[in-house]
Amino acid sequence: MKSGKRGLSLVLMSVLSVSLLFGCSGGKNSPAETGSPGKKAEGGQTAKKTVNVTFRDDGVGENGAFYKWLKEVAASYPDKNVEIKPAPIQASEGDYFAKIALALKSKDTAPDIVTEDTFILNSDASAGFLEPLDDRLAKWEDWTNGSFIEAMKKGVTASDGKVYGVPYNTDSRGLWYNKQIFKQAGLPEDWQPKTWEDVLNAARTIKEKAPDVVPIWMNMGKATGEATSMQTYEMLLYGTGERLYDDATGKWTVKSQGILDALGFVETVNKEKLGPPLSKVLNGQAGNTASREYLPKGKLAISLDGSWISGNYLDTGAAPWPEYKDVLGFAPMPTSKGQEPGSITLAGGWALSIPSNSKNKDEAWAFIQYALGKENTQKLVIASGNITVRADVAKDPGYTKMPFNEIATEYLKNAEFRPAQDKYPEVSTQIQTMVESVATGTAPADAMNKYAQDVTRIVGADHAVEK
Amino acid sequence: MSSLSVDMYGKSRKSYTWLFFLLPSIAIMLLFFIYPILLTFFYSFTNLALTGEAAKELKFIGFDNYTRMFQDPTVRISIWNTLIFLIGSAVIGQQVLGFLIALLMKQRNKTFRRVIGTIVLAGWVTPEIVCALCLYSFFGDDGTLNAIIGFFGFSEVTWLFTVPMLTIILANIWHGTAFSMLVFQAALDDVPTEIEEAAVVDGASKWKIFTRIILPYIKGTITTNMMLVTLQTLGVFGLIYAMTGGGPGNSTTTLPIFMYNQAFVNYQLGYGTAISLLLLLIGIVLSLLYIRSMKE
Repeated sequence: MKSGKRGLSLVLMSVLSVSLLFGCSGGKNSPAETGSPGKKAEGGQTAKKTVNVTFRDDGVGENGAFYKWLKEVAASYPDKNVEIKPAPIQASEGDYFAKIALALKSKDTAPDIVTEDTFILNSDASAGFLEPLDDRLAKWEDWTNGSFIEAMKKGVTASDGKVYGVPYNTDSRGLWYNKQIFKQAGLPEDWQPKTWEDVLNAARTIKEKAPDVVPIWMNMGKATGEATSMQTYEMLLYGTGERLYDDATGKWTVKSQGILDALGFVETVNKEKLGPPLSKVLNGQAGNTASREYLPKGKLAISLDGSWISGNYLDTGAAPWPEYKDVLGFAPMPTSKGQEPGSITLAGGWALSIPSNSKNKDEAWAFIQYALGKENTQKLVIASGNITVRADVAKDPGYTKMPFNEIATEYLKNAEFRPAQDKYPEVSTQIQTMVESVATGTAPADAMNKYAQDVTRIVGADHAVEK
Repeated sequence: MSSLSVDMYGKSRKSYTWLFFLLPSIAIMLLFFIYPILLTFFYSFTNLALTGEAAKELKFIGFDNYTRMFQDPTVRISIWNTLIFLIGSAVIGQQVLGFLIALLMKQRNKTFRRVIGTIVLAGWVTPEIVCALCLYSFFGDDGTLNAIIGFFGFSEVTWLFTVPMLTIILANIWHGTAFSMLVFQAALDDVPTEIEEAAVVDGASKWKIFTRIILPYIKGTITTNMMLVTLQTLGVFGLIYAMTGGGPGNSTTTLPIFMYNQAFVNYQLGYGTAISLLLLLIGIVLSLLYIRSMKE
């Protein structure tokens, strides 16, 4: 009897201890702390309204390009009855999306303006977190008179056909390369690879001629999240002519030759040791290691990465490197066998959206129009090293004089977007798992089978197809 | 006081008094413990998601999360990793090492006990995340360990990449051993010295004294400590997440890491809660096993 009682109390104790873990999965009833000072404005004695702007702070705090820009724009904002308040969330990229999703759920924590990555925008819109902006946009001259590049509107249009954000930047992807290392290895300084084999051959030459240098860097780990999916896998897959999702049939391709080819490229890079050490690349910091450390120090020859990395090298950037204009080249990523259109890039970007739970939607909208007008957008894209989404900014000499801006903008002609599907973020994490497993030695066919199984489960068998 | 009320108001009155005093704690238990558990249980049968269409409309999906769990090979890997981590760091590491340290410190002089005790305790008083960062920089590619072996002319080893499970096990041992040490110290101090002395007089060897006197004396403590350490280790998240993030591949993905990834990286809260219940189940099963072993 006595030991029975003791047993019961021990079990209870165990339940208690383990259950401490689950506090975090309580769902709706536990709004996570968001770092956004929600409703301080309500208590103000005047009618002054506060518009909270939530964005991601990647750890640099007030020195971040967006932070600085926001403060500047807020200071010059003519409507003095509205206070623009930065409400940054300091988080890794992946955590940021989880944190804003939690913050947007509740009226108490939702900001008035939120920066949304176009890849998650559709999911957040499907969840009902965001306000459709079509009616407001129709009355905004800038939106209707062609100031915004038409193709960029696709990135902020959700699967229901409505627009949920105003884009403020975009990006393209390609092959950054170090001309000095190329010269030393006897490769052309004006490099124009036509096929994947050209890229691999250049890497092989570098491995042979400059053994201390990492020939080619691509993000290949789960830890680098979306960078692995977009900068590496999708750049490869779309280069084979295939797509992740077929808009016409509404199906995800889960098995195909294109997938095998894309994974084959990853396999070759690792098998022939053309890539970075896995301990460096399967790490959450891999992206920064490549762009802020390896590339400027001449330890890396080719980097398959986004157009924004040059933002690091400005005086105001994270790794100032005045010589980058002359040392770096930015070549387009070729299609697998040089087939049409010859090169490929994916475009992403960020937008300002208004949460459905915002309390000051009109004030937020008025500020968005001001902040994303020509002059202010231009300041932001120049400071952050991004590409503009506005046609008028793209023509401005202040913008075009920045190195690589013209060339990166030109790549956008063939730009592809990620599927505007609310399942995309989940599929994307499966892509990362698949790429990492190939990088660590799994055969492409096995990795693809696992991917097919997981993606089919996520999207449902009706929405998956094998080719 | 209570005897007074019995005298004055009779027995029935008294039986409600205890309830009255317990009410606050019962309310707290219901609100912060029973209710969340029931809620977790409920959500594990839904498609609850952080974003996407499922976030708008909560749907009841029956056992889908559970069938998915049993078909998911990563779940099997995670259970396996959890067990290795548990046995390596809790059962063998913290328990045995903590016991050995306590035993060796028994009846030593005060200064010795203080110095050693403080060193071991340092790991325990360090917050988990600080501990993770310390050990990350110890095992990192350019870390202390590589600097040391480099000094002796050996080439670098990428510890966190080549032997990730070993590094997190060692980290957890370093972090948690002090707890077991303290528990065993208290237990060993309770073993009466007279019995040991009597055994020595009777000519018992050190080993005999250890197995026949000390071990039986502290058997209860061993089981209780084993259970506490096990349950604590089952829930370790921050340490692993900060050191390896569950990688490379899935090689250090334990159930808490897997649960976090499903809930907050894949935004599948419903699936995440189902995994958390699996973890709860494992905790209960292990506790029952320990209790059984104690009865024998």
